[in-house]
This record gives sequence, C-alpha cells and structure tokens, in this order.
Amino acid sequence: MNEEIKIIEVANLRKEFQGTVALANVSFEVKRGEIVGLLGANGAGKTTLIHILLGLLTQTTGTVKILGLDILKHRIEILQRCNFSSAYIRLPYNLTVWENLMVFARLYNVPDAKMRIEELIELFEVAHLRKKLTSFLSSGEQTRVNLCKAMLNKPELLLLDEPTASLDPDISDKVRKMIRQVQDTQGMTILYTSHNMRDIEELCDRVFFLHKGAVLAQGTPQMILEQFSQTSLEDVFINIARGGNVQIGAES
Amino acid sequence: MNLHRISGLILRYRYLYSRSTFRLLDLFFWPVMDLLVWGFLTRYMQTMQHAVPSTVTFLIGAIIFWNILYRSQQAVTVSFLEDIWSQNLINIFVAPIRISEFIAATYLVGLLQAVVVLALTSVLAIVFYSFNLFAIGTLLVPYFINLLLMGWWMGMITTALIIRWGHSAEALAWAVPYLVQPVAAVFYPVAVLPVWLQPIAMAMPATYVFEGMRAALSGLPVDPLQLWMAFGLNGLYMLGSGFFFRKMFNVARERGLLARIAL
Repeated sequence: MNEEIKIIEVANLRKEFQGTVALANVSFEVKRGEIVGLLGANGAGKTTLIHILLGLLTQTTGTVKILGLDILKHRIEILQRCNFSSAYIRLPYNLTVWENLMVFARLYNVPDAKMRIEELIELFEVAHLRKKLTSFLSSGEQTRVNLCKAMLNKPELLLLDEPTASLDPDISDKVRKMIRQVQDTQGMTILYTSHNMRDIEELCDRVFFLHKGAVLAQGTPQMILEQFSQTSLEDVFINIARGGNVQIGAES
Repeated sequence: MNLHRISGLILRYRYLYSRSTFRLLDLFFWPVMDLLVWGFLTRYMQTMQHAVPSTVTFLIGAIIFWNILYRSQQAVTVSFLEDIWSQNLINIFVAPIRISEFIAATYLVGLLQAVVVLALTSVLAIVFYSFNLFAIGTLLVPYFINLLLMGWWMGMITTALIIRWGHSAEALAWAVPYLVQPVAAVFYPVAVLPVWLQPIAMAMPATYVFEGMRAALSGLPVDPLQLWMAFGLNGLYMLGSGFFFRKMFNVARERGLLARIAL
C-alpha cells in the first residue's frame, strides 16, 4: 500500500562533535504522506538531525535512508526529490522574487519552470511581489517566497524548520493553511520543526519529542498528551524542557 | 556534471551583476586604476632615457596579466562569499548540486571576468600608452589559459580554507593573491629574488608566464619548455587543490561547519 512506503528511515543514529553527543541512538520512520512534527527545546538535536537528513552533516554512526536511498551514497538523487525551507535561511536578497525562483527552478531541473513559478506565487499569494527585491520583503512575505522555492520541484519529502518563526498569528495561520492545502493536493511527506505548538497541533499526524539528543516520546499529538498527562503540547514541551517528569512516556 | 544546474548558478551571477552597479564597478574599476597607475609610472620612467631600458613597457603587460589571474581567483572565492553574505549557502548545498558543478560555475564566471578585463585593459593600454599586448601574438592564448588556471586553483584553495576556518578566514580571499605576487615574478625577473626564494618562484606557474611575456615583448625567443612547465604545474595544482577542497568540504560536513558559516 502507498501509505506503507517509508520515506525516512533512521536507525541507531549517533552524532558526536568532538566528544559532545548531539544525537544518541535515534531511530524512527516516517511514512509517505505523513506530516510529522519534530519537537524539542533548543539544543535538543533537531537542527543536527535535519542537517543529517539533508546531507549537510555526516553522522558518526547509524544509517539514514530517505526514499529508500542511503544519504551518504545517494545525496544528489535524494536532494532532487526533497526540499527544505527554514525561517533562518534566506534567498539572495539582491535578486527579485521571480529571479530567485527562476534560479532555483534551474537548480532543481524543474520542467516548465515559468508555469510552475506562476502556480506557486499565485498559491502563496505573492504574485504581486514578483518584481520586488527579496531584501524588501516582510518576514511573512519572505516565508511564503521561501515556501514557493521549497515546493518548486514538487518534493516527495519537505523539511520545514520553524517556518512560522517570527510571524504574527494571522500570517502563521495563513501559512499553516497553505502548507496543509499543498500537502492535501500533492500528498507530500513533511517533517516539521517548530516551537509553535499551534502549528504542530493543527498540522501534524505524529510527533517526535527530542530531548538531549534522544527520542523521548513519539505518537499522535493525542497520544503524547495522554502519555504525559497534560492538556496541551505546550505543557508537555515545558515539562520536558524544564527537566520535569520526562520518564512518563511510552516506556513507562 | 549537469549543465542545467551549472546554467542555474550562472544565471544567478548574471542577475547579480546586472543589478549591482557596485559589483560592475568592482570588476572594471580596479583593473583600470591599476593600469593607469602603472601606465603613467612607465611613461615617467621612459622619460628618464638612460636610466631604464625602453622595454620597461612590460610593466603595463604585467599589470594586465596580473589582473587576469586576480579576477579568476576572485570570481571563485567571492562567488562563494556572496552565498555566505546573503545567508543562501544552505539553500545551495541542500539543492541537488554537486560540488564539482558549483566549482565549475565559479570557474566560468572567472573566465568571463578575465576575458572582460583582458579586453578592456588591452584596449585602454593601446589608447593611452600605445602599448599593444597583442604584439606577443598567439602566445597570448596559452599565457591567458595558464593565468586563468592558476587563479582557479588559488580560488579553490582559498574557498576551502574559508569553509574550514569560517568567517575569520574571509580576508584570505583578497590576501592570497598578494601573498603569491612577490614570488610570481609579476613585475621583475626571478633573478632579482634572493637565491632561497627562487625555487618558490619557479614552483609558481605564473612565473613562467610573466618571464615569457617579458622575453616576448623584448623580442627575445620564448622557450616552449617554460610554457609546458606552467601547464604541468597548473595541472598538478588543480588536482591538489581539488583534493584539498574535497577534504575540507568533508571535514566541514563532519563537524557541522557549513551550517556555522552559513547562518
């Protein structure tokens, strides 16, 4: 069945930086079409994990397979079928929105690039900004243009690193709805990190909590709430971040 | 290598240069200023009829050739720095671009810049100083190629050092060419250098180009072996710098340095 196809397979992943353990024996799987939230306090290992999934970083031990391919051996083939967007990474500020998207369309070998860009800028409501320099965009506009870039190649796997960071609630809500809409129509798999628990509750089918480099808990948002006996993911997050009763979980 | 992806990277530089007056000025301004300073110095020296030989005009040729090497090195290094400065490096490295494609695009930008600089400064040298670099004939082609190659591998080494050492190494982008200049026989022959420096000079491909250019402009025969030495050394250094770049890139991937310099 389509739903059973594993898009991400991480097994016994460990990453050390000169003796400091950033990820310790992390294992998990993400299936096709899922939106999975990756949660954890600052320093929990989320960025390290995402960078390993993108091939920006090599693991110390363990295996990472994306779309059935080993990231260490098939990085380019994998990246051709994935994409990434982060609130902390920008497109070149001295190019217009259209120029930036044209450049990345070529880098991703997007067929009929002009039509694809038109579709996306309409979808993300940035068509009126096409001639505007990226440096003059507001945070919300930049986020939406970044998402256009991330959708250019119709990725099978999309990695989103805090896409709604620094956005006001109204724009955050719009962005969430846009992501959901695209996911519904294209059926892509999304791995989503955020400190905004509203994002996670509204979008994610499943959640992983990373704590000190290890997966502390995983399941549907509802399961996580039950495991931690909390009423909101935000309370679970705070509990874990402050070193509360983190043993309460699937293992207990 | 995928030409489509390389063309994407080049398209980005085209947009960048067509939009930025300062970048265009940077490309034209410094070579022209260099040419004017060294050209007028040459003219002044020529007025001291018995103090210097008439072949002193090679200084103008030297500054034109130096700018070919410098531009080629700068194109490789500054293209990489552009991505760091615009916080775009991660977007580039998570796109399906091979390192060889990224480097190839910067090489092509370097080639284009070097051609523009050669054309501009050669014409200006004819107009202002009646100095015709094309008088050296077909030798201009292998000399140009050797200077371009040397700029490329120097750019690759500089970029690798920036990847490894991060922002603190950015100044190397401009420092490395001037570290090489004194020992590359740009403005004076190798024989002028202290004996202990001469082997270092002979290990620089550019040395053979500048020595050859001076000989050609003086109407002396040019030893073809010197050209082959330049090509041989450039080939060796291209391989070495490619290996060094790959090594530094892998170290960066292992230690998370790419993300650190990108953000």
